[in-house]
Amino acid sequence: MSELTVPGAAPGVPVKRELNSERFAGLAQRHGALAVLAVVVIAASLIWPTFSNGDNLAGIAVHSFYPVIIALGMTFVIVSGGIDLSVGSVFALGGVLAAYASQWGPVAAIGLPLAVCAVFGLVQGTIIAKTGMAPFIVTLAGLLGARGLLLAVTTEGSKTYLFPAGDGFVRLAQGKLFGISYPVYAAVLLAVLAAVLLQRTKYGQALFAVGGNEDAAALMGLPVARIKILTYTLCGLLAGLAGVLNAAWTGSGVTIIGVGDELNAIAAVVIGGTLLVGGAGGISGTVCGVLLLGVIQNVINQIGSLTSSVQSVVSGAFLVVVVVAQTYLSKARRLR
Amino acid sequence: MSELAARPGWDRRQLARYVQNYGVYAAVVVLLAYNALFTRNFVDMGNMRTQLVQVAPVIIVALGMALVIGTEGVDLSVGSVMALAAAVIPLYLGFGLWPAIIMSLLIGLAAGLVNGTLVAVVGLQPIVATLALLVAGRGIALVIAGGQLKQVHNADLIALGTNDVAGLPVVVWIAAVLALLTGLLVRRTTYGRQLVAIGGNRAAAGLAGLPVRRVLIVTYVLCGVLAGLAGVLATARLRASDPSAIGNLMELSAITAVVVGGTPLSGGKVRVLGTVAGALVMQLVRATLIKHDLPDSTAQMVQAVIILVAVYVARERRTR
Amino acid sequence: MTEPVIAARDVVKRFPGVLALDRVSLSLAPGEVHALVGENGAGKSTLIKILTGVYQADAGEIAYAGQPVTFARPLDAQTAGISTIYQEVNLIPLMSVARNLFLGREPRTRIGLIDTGRMNREAAEALARFNIDADVTRPLRTIGLGAQQMVALSRAVATDAKVLIMDEPTSSLEPREVETLFRVVRELSARGIAILYVSHRLDELYQLCSNVTVLRDGRVVHTGRIADLDRLTLISHMLGRDLAQVRREGVTGFTGHGDAAATEPVLVADGLTKRHVLHGISFDVKPGEVVGLGGLLGAGRSETAKAVVGALPVDSGAVTIAGKRLRRNSPKKAIRAGVAMLPEDRKAEGIIPGLSVRENIVLAALPRLTTAGVVSRARQDRIVETFMKRLRIKASSPEQRVSELSGGNQQKVLLARWLCLHPKLLLLDEPTRGIDVGAKAEVQALVDELAGEGLAVVLISSDLEELVEGADRVVVLRAGAVVGELAGDDVSEHAIMATLAAHEGEPDE
Repeated sequence: MSELTVPGAAPGVPVKRELNSERFAGLAQRHGALAVLAVVVIAASLIWPTFSNGDNLAGIAVHSFYPVIIALGMTFVIVSGGIDLSVGSVFALGGVLAAYASQWGPVAAIGLPLAVCAVFGLVQGTIIAKTGMAPFIVTLAGLLGARGLLLAVTTEGSKTYLFPAGDGFVRLAQGKLFGISYPVYAAVLLAVLAAVLLQRTKYGQALFAVGGNEDAAALMGLPVARIKILTYTLCGLLAGLAGVLNAAWTGSGVTIIGVGDELNAIAAVVIGGTLLVGGAGGISGTVCGVLLLGVIQNVINQIGSLTSSVQSVVSGAFLVVVVVAQTYLSKARRLR
Repeated sequence: MSELAARPGWDRRQLARYVQNYGVYAAVVVLLAYNALFTRNFVDMGNMRTQLVQVAPVIIVALGMALVIGTEGVDLSVGSVMALAAAVIPLYLGFGLWPAIIMSLLIGLAAGLVNGTLVAVVGLQPIVATLALLVAGRGIALVIAGGQLKQVHNADLIALGTNDVAGLPVVVWIAAVLALLTGLLVRRTTYGRQLVAIGGNRAAAGLAGLPVRRVLIVTYVLCGVLAGLAGVLATARLRASDPSAIGNLMELSAITAVVVGGTPLSGGKVRVLGTVAGALVMQLVRATLIKHDLPDSTAQMVQAVIILVAVYVARERRTR
Repeated sequence: MTEPVIAARDVVKRFPGVLALDRVSLSLAPGEVHALVGENGAGKSTLIKILTGVYQADAGEIAYAGQPVTFARPLDAQTAGISTIYQEVNLIPLMSVARNLFLGREPRTRIGLIDTGRMNREAAEALARFNIDADVTRPLRTIGLGAQQMVALSRAVATDAKVLIMDEPTSSLEPREVETLFRVVRELSARGIAILYVSHRLDELYQLCSNVTVLRDGRVVHTGRIADLDRLTLISHMLGRDLAQVRREGVTGFTGHGDAAATEPVLVADGLTKRHVLHGISFDVKPGEVVGLGGLLGAGRSETAKAVVGALPVDSGAVTIAGKRLRRNSPKKAIRAGVAMLPEDRKAEGIIPGLSVRENIVLAALPRLTTAGVVSRARQDRIVETFMKRLRIKASSPEQRVSELSGGNQQKVLLARWLCLHPKLLLLDEPTRGIDVGAKAEVQALVDELAGEGLAVVLISSDLEELVEGADRVVVLRAGAVVGELAGDDVSEHAIMATLAAHEGEPDE
């Protein structure tokens, strides 16, 4: 169809508008987290020989699997220009439901929490997309609602459901391959799938378009409301799945976990170079962001004399440095 | 005919507007009336006192939050700032009550200055700008306190948390006076009017020569100082500085109070009395559910629904 | 004449309080390049939005390929073969060029994933045909605006469009980019695609289009072959001034002016320059003088006013107020120096909708009414009372929300906001647009009165009558540059239109 040539258009249209400094700013924005992660890991290995031994690294990995899965969903939501504060609660809810349903076998232990959490995300997404209420406040209500649901299931948090002794699902979750726990492989697999979904499917492209310029996306004929609803559903589903895997790994549905995990997820996503205004970002950055937070915690443990509260100070400081740097890099790239 | 048509009747728009303006006060009255009739021992002095003492710090923080939301912003760091202020108290209590309080308020001021600068000068979105301090603030507080709860034995400070003046606890008086002052600040001062104008239409405010940056920074500073004060009062009431517990999830309670009080998240309007009423509504709902032996789970889900309904009602209707 | 591919018949569209389109008809034959012109508020964008399914018509019908159709959504119109290129490139800046080009119709591999390699290859080929050699994997942002426009065009063509609507596609392009765009448009037309070309650059229309439809106030005032219409007539259609009826005296609220004494100018604008927007604008205004800025839409009139008050940062040039140069200009500084501007977009840049009439009036004056941080209510009330009376602002009380007032009264509230600061220079950007006749005359009389009191006024208006009768001098702008200045008896509607027409068609820069 577009067999079109422009005869004699000799002068051509000036195409390049990007300076090298701008190109560098773009690179720094996208791969900064990876670079910082590499530097921190190398430095830590040199300073503390125990840091780079296999057990320690496997420990970092196993402590990062569920934050990674939560952060994957958060990446989708933030790329779409939204935010989801409910993931910490939904994560806890997923774990509790998994342990609760494990009495009816592994299918129920996986199916029930995933279904409930996906529906939870679906409801939030529908409210956001159809009423135009701010994602921030809708998911804030979701944070309370999911926590309430969790308490209702656990007789006000007093009951901690356990997986049956010798449960196959638990044994699988606690099993290891090459010294690394199976849930870590699951997280890696999910990250790869998420990256493919984001980069190589129509849905992923539409997500970037909606987050980048919602009006233009609508004018180009994309179903904006449906994309948003799907995104919040996916985020709820992933948070629930993180809860399921974590519950199986620990063998029980702990009720008091997940508080503040939404903030860690947002921090990891932002540190990973995904713009909070939406429209740009990637899975690899998010994974780096989560690992960076995990490594920082580990390093603080290595130092030993520091309390774990230093970790949140460092995380918060990182967050400020990253977003401020991003803002100025964006200005350098004339994105604003 | 036309007169009839023009007569103000209870059409849907008007009803919506009444609910928007007075719904929260009606809710307070209804909740009180319901409890007076159906809940035993609710409307006695002891219980009312407890309710007021519990809600006072929320009101104090929510007042600052209302100002920030009026500028189309939000401050997620208030809970952590309370913890910071609480952590500082034992360090300076040796010099007396006032130096300790002043240091706590200065910490709040510094936190607000950081938030305000990130928002107004760097141009970050308020959610991210204040998220950083939410994450880091409590960590810093725990580091300052060495991760420990510290009993406080200063009689003056404890008096602040437990004593009465003219029949009401000191904290309640403080909250009431601050609400009054905030109301005056918003309605009567240049700063207050500029704040509302900036929240309502930032482009127009800038073109009218308003000092947009300065007003934004001052607003976050006020919010930080109020959070700091709430941290001091919480310490006084607990008789201990507990940075790991003080102010936990306060940002949610404060935002909820503001939103339920009818201040739109889209800025341009600050409802001070509404915010106070919003905090009272949430407190009364929780108390009512507890008194009727309804579990915490129900309470949380009810709160979630109230937030959604309040925001839905307060949505600024588009005028085309 | 061939069967039209798309036709609008007697289309009516109402918005609350406005009749945006009043029985508008328009038809496009295959291969036709049809110009659609009109000033702000004429209804061009409403018509486009109806043709593309963003809005639906209240009455009348749209026929596509002979069949009556209703497009419920933009997607429906696109699927049918109607593509639109917007003035502001409506693509996703952060996504790569190739992804933008194929958004929503990405080529897939056998397992259903997007075939990135093929997509990039085809994108590069598609752009090469437009003589653009860009790295299609880089974000759209990183290529020039002209190239971005080509991506939009290429996207429109690739969706097998039968009708292409171009809404001011050249407004941010360099002359070289415009040339390439024109070649593409001609090529598309030769392939039988009907093109509706919206622009206010008359030379472009004459170069490119065969027919023209002129809209004014929601009605079609002229339609026909563009070659049969000379520029002056076209401009007079757009501005609504019948040439035969142009008279020296009109019916506006202005009365004659005394001449401004040869005193020191209040405003000296010297070489205001901003890339793509303003090119060395210089003019001055003396006390008691009303200087009009004339020109068509997009000539840079509002931008000039914004540059003077510091709301538009300039690359070079100087603004001097009463002999003092404003360095690092900002609205705050300009206001302190005695400048006041009534912005063109009352809603977005003027009123604070949630606040009362009183609060809107005293907004800029707040610091002057303040003692120790507290605003004096008595002093506010005095000012508000004075100005509500003087400007005859009709509101139920000073406490009424400003958003409930009529347009004319809102405008008066904004005027009051500035007048209570006792400015030296008042910039009025379309002060009477969209307000009723009575309020219009009042505002015009007020401008006269203020000039009589020694205020320097800059008046921007698309209403030629208003400009001629209100201004002592008229500075005519085109494409961000001053192209003429008329003073004294030379100020006439005919002279302004002649200046505009004479300079149309001259090469850029």
